[in-house]
Amino acid sequence: MSRTRTPVVDGWFTGDGEGFTLLGTRCAACASVFFPREDIHCRNPGCVGGRLEEVPLSRRGRVWSYTDSRYRPPSPYVSNPELPWEPYTLIAVELEPERLVVLGQAAPGVTVADLAVGMEVEVAPGVLHEDAETTWTTWQWRPTGVGA
Amino acid sequence: MTDEVAVLGAGMHPWGKWGRSFVEYGVVAARAALADAGLEWRAIGSVVGADTVRGGYPGYVAGATFAKALGWQGARVASVYAACASGAQAVNTARAQILAGLADVVLVVGADAAPKGFFRPAGGDRPDDPDWLRFRVLGATNPTYFGLYARRRMAVHGDTVEDFAQVKVKNAALGALNPNARYRKRVTAEEVAASAVVADPLRLLDICATSDGGAALVLSSMEFARRHGATRPVRIRAVSTVTPRYPNTVLDLPDIATDSAVAVEPAERTFRASIARAAYEEAGVGPEDLSLAEVYDLSTALELQWYEDLGLCGEGEAAKLLREGATGLGGRIPVNVSGGLASFGEAVPAQAIAQICELTWQLRHEAGDRQVPGARVGITANQGLFGHGSAVIAAR
Repeated sequence: MSRTRTPVVDGWFTGDGEGFTLLGTRCAACASVFFPREDIHCRNPGCVGGRLEEVPLSRRGRVWSYTDSRYRPPSPYVSNPELPWEPYTLIAVELEPERLVVLGQAAPGVTVADLAVGMEVEVAPGVLHEDAETTWTTWQWRPTGVGA
Repeated sequence: MTDEVAVLGAGMHPWGKWGRSFVEYGVVAARAALADAGLEWRAIGSVVGADTVRGGYPGYVAGATFAKALGWQGARVASVYAACASGAQAVNTARAQILAGLADVVLVVGADAAPKGFFRPAGGDRPDDPDWLRFRVLGATNPTYFGLYARRRMAVHGDTVEDFAQVKVKNAALGALNPNARYRKRVTAEEVAASAVVADPLRLLDICATSDGGAALVLSSMEFARRHGATRPVRIRAVSTVTPRYPNTVLDLPDIATDSAVAVEPAERTFRASIARAAYEEAGVGPEDLSLAEVYDLSTALELQWYEDLGLCGEGEAAKLLREGATGLGGRIPVNVSGGLASFGEAVPAQAIAQICELTWQLRHEAGDRQVPGARVGITANQGLFGHGSAVIAAR
């Protein structure tokens, strides 16, 4: 039986392969960008409030910082307690055009030894976990090969 | 400048992993604070509890829970929650009542019974809760955020993991002198380096544990203190509970992203620095006036960050300040002479109150082996989830 591919959060990313992007929103009045998306009110306290329009975020950014998770996180993170824990890397990425930092898991196989602050990374579609019916999809960061 | 309130009494239940109810820890601390103040419980006009989210309903109404356990006596009651700043906000609520003339003498209590392992979000499927989302989507525990901040400091300021270990060495040596601390053994840099990596670059001994504990204060108006015979009490001169300013450009717990600075230039100071700044302005003092500081060392690297955010040194100079010994006992500005969270572990609603207990004992020159000679002015600082933070300045 094939599993259904379902985003872990609806409306945070879209597309496949090179067309994959994170989705934020932008205030039509002040141009502030929000991720995770704001859909009701602009959070800029100096803005009268405009329509919030969905916008794709930059696909590439620079590593602001990084770490890893050597121990199994608690629920609601989903992992199989019967399998040994495999650490994964977390990367905080600065998107220059949007002037914000977005956290994400690194693509499988990327370790802290592969990273440096300032290094260029790009967003890619990834799988968070699978259960009987569903492949839960997410975003991941991976180095582009351009150094710090 | 705001009017002052007096600290008449301070009390704690020792930190540990005792396996009992937070109510018991809170009551023990409250009774100790009352005894220290020389007041009986029925003299208290108002009780303010700092809530715990881990004790069920009684935890959400902590003020009433402690009041009932001490024996209902009709006092006004309030309960506050502000993540790690809950204790400081409870103090601020008490102060506001005193300065507004609503109460002469107020008991502030915070206590927690912590679970084993990582803090986790409240149960249920709550995709509109950022704290739930960061665990569900990223598995981002609190230590992973501490790891991000530590790595950033290494890249930007040249801090090393050896610097971080020295914070633990300093705080463990001080905690060994504190009967209320949970960990009372000295630790070597080699022991830090040999402990397991939890969130690169931080190891187990770089990260504070979660603990059981309770802390309490008896606060009063200056007039009540005089009538009570306290001629020279420790005085609270400032309680800063400011929120961040948009755009907040530091990735704070439990957020998955920062605000965007594309439309609005960030404020001159980060949120953490603004917390301290507001306290200094309210008290009319500056970092140069401080005798000591108690800061929220959730990790060793975060203690260094606080040195800069409190203005104890310039940006990027914290590791140098540590290496010079300035923040040790006997240094120019001792930091976390209580042993800090490194020696206590975090008992969330009690922790900011415990920081003020330490200032109280230090300013009264009753801190025994860990006394800062001639202590006159002290500051506490902390930061928690969802835009909460606090700084309290006390003097005598």
